[in-house]
Amino acid sequence: MDGYDKLVPTPTTDTQPYWDGLQQGKLCLQRCADCGKVRHYPRPVCDSCYSMNVDWIDATGQGKVHSWTITHYAFHPGFKGDLPYMLLTVDMDEGVRMQSQARGIDEAELKIGMPVKLAYEKVKEDLTLPVFVKQ
Amino acid sequence: MSLREAGVITGVGETEYMRGTDRTSLSLQLEASLNAIKDAGLKPSDIDGLIPYGHGAVAEDFITNFGIKDLRFSATTPMGGASAVASIQCALAVIDAGICNHVLLSLGRTGYSGGRIGTRVQQMPQFKLIGEFEMPSGAIAPSQLYAVMARRHMEMYGTTSRQLAEIAVTTRQHAIMNPNATMKRPMTIDDHQASRMISDPLRLLDCSLESDGGAAVVISAPDRAKDLRKRPVVVMGVAEGHPDSPSAITQRPDLTTLGLAKAAPKAFAMAGVRHDDIDVAEVYDCFTYIVMCQLEDMGFCKKGEGGSFIENGALGINGRLPVNTHGGLLSQAHMAGMNHIVELTRQLRGEAAVQVKDAEIGLVTGYGDMGDGSIAIMRRG
Repeated sequence: MDGYDKLVPTPTTDTQPYWDGLQQGKLCLQRCADCGKVRHYPRPVCDSCYSMNVDWIDATGQGKVHSWTITHYAFHPGFKGDLPYMLLTVDMDEGVRMQSQARGIDEAELKIGMPVKLAYEKVKEDLTLPVFVKQ
Repeated sequence: MSLREAGVITGVGETEYMRGTDRTSLSLQLEASLNAIKDAGLKPSDIDGLIPYGHGAVAEDFITNFGIKDLRFSATTPMGGASAVASIQCALAVIDAGICNHVLLSLGRTGYSGGRIGTRVQQMPQFKLIGEFEMPSGAIAPSQLYAVMARRHMEMYGTTSRQLAEIAVTTRQHAIMNPNATMKRPMTIDDHQASRMISDPLRLLDCSLESDGGAAVVISAPDRAKDLRKRPVVVMGVAEGHPDSPSAITQRPDLTTLGLAKAAPKAFAMAGVRHDDIDVAEVYDCFTYIVMCQLEDMGFCKKGEGGSFIENGALGINGRLPVNTHGGLLSQAHMAGMNHIVELTRQLRGEAAVQVKDAEIGLVTGYGDMGDGSIAIMRRG
């Protein structure tokens, strides 16, 4: 028991490299080893050429805001202390999207296309979560 | 080959809708089913096909309670709130194939008194991607995941919260006139604007209810419907559609388009009707925004024009397109859209509590599981 009371992921062999990357402070994305298409979230098959061969690349961690929401109600008790919190949906430079909480961004300055980048928050010994900050 | 007019609605039934009960969801589901079967003029043992809503009673419950001796088909359509209307397509297919004569669709739930909807998503297998990659960041409930779609629509097209409020207000007006609706307090646009923020831009009054109750529908082969109790309601067109990136909204190419955009053209073509022909529409309303988005995706207006389309009471009983005449999930009860099928049937029979005058053709939609869509277009028999 480490006292962390929020929802935690249960990585699989298909997804573990993503979580390992976050622990090392970088964003790792799947890239099809045959056609080169980058995909997210991690999964077994390339939806473009159906290959199951995969490489993992180090991504830039940079992107532009696509949409957002601000959560004012805790749908899980672990998040009560965070309210209100901002969730950004971001078009990453590699062509995939991510959704994570934001840090240090004012609601008033949010707009589509705003440049952001990832930072990495170690929330417990074996878990680092991505968060977005201003570029 | 087409399912056009391959089945007719012969019976509909509901329980009293409640916010608070000590009854089981099984008992509510069976009561609603008995009401629908009685409405059709059938005996419970006449049912030979079952499509119960997922997470509820299973075929064995019906065989045991109804003494069904020759059940020929049972299935579920795992599409969340799109399931009930998608079940119409499934029922028509098995009727058209000659497998069944009378298929029962049913749902019972204790959404208020039992497990709340907002917390159930975490356990559903179709959401394992968001479970691993979004929920740890605190993106957990449908209202949060859909808020991102609504925000995108607002930023792209200038849609406002006051426009979404029109849907909540109109639906409440209908509920107030419907004896079997749970929300009776009058609501204004200002009330909506003053309600607390849940998942910005969605306020409390943009969100549907958590309810206790049951609803059920009997669909029959057309040649078996002639001698039944009520005038049948004929299914003219039906379809389901699944969006790209069906469970992870984040990865969807266009956040403002739902699976219904794929289904609606098929259903309209099958039915052979135009939008002008639709007298009444029961549109799945888990959130106000989802109603507006579906009206666009069905082609009642262009993408981005939904906000102005719904203004000035356009969706009211006397508006240009009466929508959710029973009060919907927003103000009648959250019966996952089975109540929408019940209501459309009553409208087309002319026996609704809040009746659209001379309603002859109408449609019902389902929406669920983060974007799946379903639609059925029906006419008075």
